[in-house]
Order: sequence, then C-alpha cells, then structure tokens
Amino acid sequence: MSSEQQSANEMMVTFEHVNKIFNPGSVNEVTLFNDFNLKLRKGNFISVVGSNGSGKTTMLNLLCGSLPIDSGKITVDGEDITRLKEFERAGFIGRVYQDPSAGTCPELTIMENLALADNKGGSFLLQRGINRQRRDYYRTLLEQLHMGLEDKLGIQVKSLSGGQRQALALLIATMTPLKLLILDEHTAALDPKSAETVMELTQQVVEEKNVTTLMVTHNLKFAADYGNRLFMMHRGNVVFDVMDEAKRSISIKDLTARFDEISIEDGN
Amino acid sequence: MDIFLGLLQVVLREGMIYGIMAMGVYITYKVLNFADLSVDGSFPLGACTAAALITAGVDPWIACFVCFAAGCIAGSVTGMLHVKLHISDLMSGILVQTALYSVNMVVTSKKAVLSIFNMPTIFSTGLGGMMYNSALDQWAWVIMALIITIVVKILLDLYLKTRSGLLLRAVGSNERFVVSQGKDPGNMKIIGLMIGNGLVALSGCVLAQQKESADASSGTGMVVMALAAVIIGEAVFGRTKKLRGTTMAVTGMIIYRCCLTAAMQLGLDTIYLKALMSGLFIIALVGSRLKNERSARNVIRAAERK
Repeated sequence: MSSEQQSANEMMVTFEHVNKIFNPGSVNEVTLFNDFNLKLRKGNFISVVGSNGSGKTTMLNLLCGSLPIDSGKITVDGEDITRLKEFERAGFIGRVYQDPSAGTCPELTIMENLALADNKGGSFLLQRGINRQRRDYYRTLLEQLHMGLEDKLGIQVKSLSGGQRQALALLIATMTPLKLLILDEHTAALDPKSAETVMELTQQVVEEKNVTTLMVTHNLKFAADYGNRLFMMHRGNVVFDVMDEAKRSISIKDLTARFDEISIEDGN
Repeated sequence: MDIFLGLLQVVLREGMIYGIMAMGVYITYKVLNFADLSVDGSFPLGACTAAALITAGVDPWIACFVCFAAGCIAGSVTGMLHVKLHISDLMSGILVQTALYSVNMVVTSKKAVLSIFNMPTIFSTGLGGMMYNSALDQWAWVIMALIITIVVKILLDLYLKTRSGLLLRAVGSNERFVVSQGKDPGNMKIIGLMIGNGLVALSGCVLAQQKESADASSGTGMVVMALAAVIIGEAVFGRTKKLRGTTMAVTGMIIYRCCLTAAMQLGLDTIYLKALMSGLFIIALVGSRLKNERSARNVIRAAERK
C-alpha cells in the first residue's frame, strides 16, 4: 500500500477542490469557497471557529448535502458522497442544529421521537411504531442525561426546555452507529448553565461512541477546552489550524487575539 | 318530535358520512400540515366513480374500494406536483381539483348528475338492506354510516401508530428531523395525500350510494366544510387530551352539519348555504385563534406567578 493510500484510509472527511458561489451572475454574487481543501482524520474531535460569514455553517451544509457544491468532490470514509442527497447522507452523518426545536419533533412524545431514531436505517412500513420492549433501554439512555426525562416518556417534546430538547437531540442524533457527528453551534441558543451541561454530555457521547466529530461554535472557551484539533475559518479558508500538543497549549487569549486580527482585516 | 328525530337522523347520517372526509382532511391538514384543495375534486370523484360502477353492475362494496383507490391516485398527483415539480401546496391542490372536474365528466359519461335510483347499494343490499327492511327503517342508514365511519376511524388510528404513521406525523411536525433520520419527507407527503384523498373519495362514494345519485359539481365547498369540521372538533374537544384527532374530526363534522341544518330549519334559503359554510369556517378559524392566544397568555401568566 502506498503511503498516499494509507493516509487516505485514515481520513474520515475530505473536501477536494470544492467551489461554491452564491447568487452567481447577479450583483449579489459571493464566492465563498474557491478551491477549498480540507482533511479530517478519523476519530478526531474538531472544533471550528470563525466570524459570521466565514463559511463555517456553509461548510457543514455542503458536507451534509443541505446545499449543493458547484464543483469539486467531498468524501466520507473514502466514499465519494458528492452526488448523494441530504437524506441519504443522513444515514451515516448525525447532526445537531443550533435551533433546539430542529433536532426533535415537537408534536411527538419523547418515546415516539426515540422510537423513530431507534429505527433509523430500518424499514418504515406497517410494523408497530413503538416497541414496548425497548422502553427500558430508552429509560437508561435518558437517565444518562440526569434531567429526569426518563419519567416523562409520554409527554410531548415541545413542553421541554431548550436545554432538555438539545440533550435529547444529541441522544437522537447518536442513537444508531455513525461515521460522523456534526454539531452546528449546538449550544448557541442555550443559557450558560445548559450550554455547559450539553457540552459535557457531548464529550461523554463522543468518547463513548468514538465517533469523528466536527463542532462549529462561537464559544471560544468550548473550542479551546474540547476536542483535539481546532481550526479557524475566514472568508472560506482555513487560516489557523492546530492539533494535539499545540491545541492543548492554546488559550482563549490566543484565540481572541487571532479573532481580533481577522476582524480588523474585515473592518469590524 | 318526529320532525326533531327526522332532523337528528339527517344530521347524524350526513355528519358521519362527511366525517370520513373530515378524517381525510385531518390527515393532510393537521398531521401533514398541508392545505390540500384537491378535496373539492376528489369528493365528487368518489361519488361519480361509485355511481358509474354501480350502474355498470359492480358490487357496491367493491365500488367503495375502487373509489378509495381513485382518491389515492388523485392525491398522489397532488403530491407529485408539490414534491417532484416543486409547485406550492395550494397551487397543486387547485390544479388537481380543476383537472378532476374533467375526469369526473368522463366518469359520468358527460352527465352532470348520475342517478343510481333503485340500484343495489351498500344501503339497500346485504346488511344495510336487512336493517332497512326491519323495524329500523331510515335509522338503518345512520347505523350503516356509523359502522363504516368507525371502521375507517379504527383503521386510521391503527395506521398512525405504525412506523409509517409515526414517520408521517414526524413529517408534519418537523421535516428536517425526517431528513436527519435518513428518510425522504417527500415520499411520506405523497403517501399522506394519497390516504387523505382516498378517504375523501370514499366519503363521496358512500354519500352517493345513500342518496342514490352522484352530482359532478357536488365538490364545491367541501374543503371549507372539512377544514371547518377539523378546526371545530379541535376547538371543542382539544382540551380533553383523551380524544383522538380522528374522533374530533368526525364530531366536529356532526356539530358543523347540526349548525347548517338548524339554519335551514330556521328558514334560510338554500342559495345562502355556501355563504353560511364560509361564515361558519371563518368563525371556527378566528375562534380557535383567540382560544390559542388566551391559553398562551394563561401559560405566560402561570409562569410569571412561579
């Protein structure tokens, strides 16, 4: 096996020469990604920071298939996924959104939400929707959250708080085996206490499942504290990238300083 | 007293037959969150198909299944227009509703009204006929309507508890969630519209068999009526969490038919019927909005008190 192949096997995600232009041909034309390249190693927990409009969320949308790329190639675990539709990619990518109501069905009960997630990848025909025998399993899952949800299986998710919903959304996104977990500013809409709780929970789930994780965040503390790789995005490029040792030694101060440099360039 | 009983009979019978349609619209409007206007076309589609089949000598029960299937096809067209061709939900419904008018004319061989007087229907043969010829007389129609409506309701409730039914409810609640589960919400929308319009056509089929005639223009105002029934049912019984949406839709329809019949009995000219139907719908819509606002205020007040 050549070394190139070997390194390819170690990669969970690659962006190869990806281009993305918004509103092409109009006065609002914006070239966000011009020959964008990125490699994410298997088993890594990567934090991504960057100012608004830097391309963080667009990168996630391109990866998950919410937006099409103009040209280039995206692979996950060695497989070219560029042509796959969003719902097809969801089979191996779990995603938790910023909006706590996005990752769950508000009108359905906790039990029904978990049952749907439990059947992910299976057939959805006329089998009984809720398997009573799985009830105990759902309870043990919910107990890990320490939010008392294990006694509320029958209530509608819309009556839960944002933090509870986001914890549930994390549970749902990681219920079935995954190749990649995407966290899209998933603590941004929560109060500081809930954000801490959800972040600790995230760490716990990621370690337990040993899943490659890509976390976009505006919280520099979380970015510095969690994960083994961190990169900063600016105008559709990776401008600052640290791993392992270098990542561990980085402080919020350093990050803030980096951020300010970029902001001054942007005239903010 | 006899007049009252006679009216009660009509209200219950029609309320339950139209109630099947209300359950269909409950699926599209409440479960799927899709305002489906093709109902105005699929209701007479069911009526005309039933009349044409019975005229051709087809067994009336088999006609019911064929009508349901015909409604499913109509619903799938609405769904395809919306999902595959990205036409808005309202527009897809209007397009199918309009096209169905021609389809219905083909089905009835260009007759505006197709009579099946004295031909075998589910109300005049078999169980229905037996009950009609007993002491029950016209109450037999009410009982037949009740049986069919309850069977449909139970089947629908069972379906909503299956995995497919759960996924259908999820599509109406949060489409992005369904995508996250690796499923295409578009396909589920098409299935929901098929079931909804199938039930609407079945409702038209049963009504045509009971009235022994089918009117190709009987669809006007059906959407308004069915939506009003769903909203009234929820407004009246929404607080008692014990009742299922399907039950609320049928009872909503009975209440709605009650109001219409009462107005007619008070001497309202039939030419004002459709205006009254719209009026009742507006009252139901505004009423349910005010009710929601009030309950929302109560929630906020309760939270402040804590």
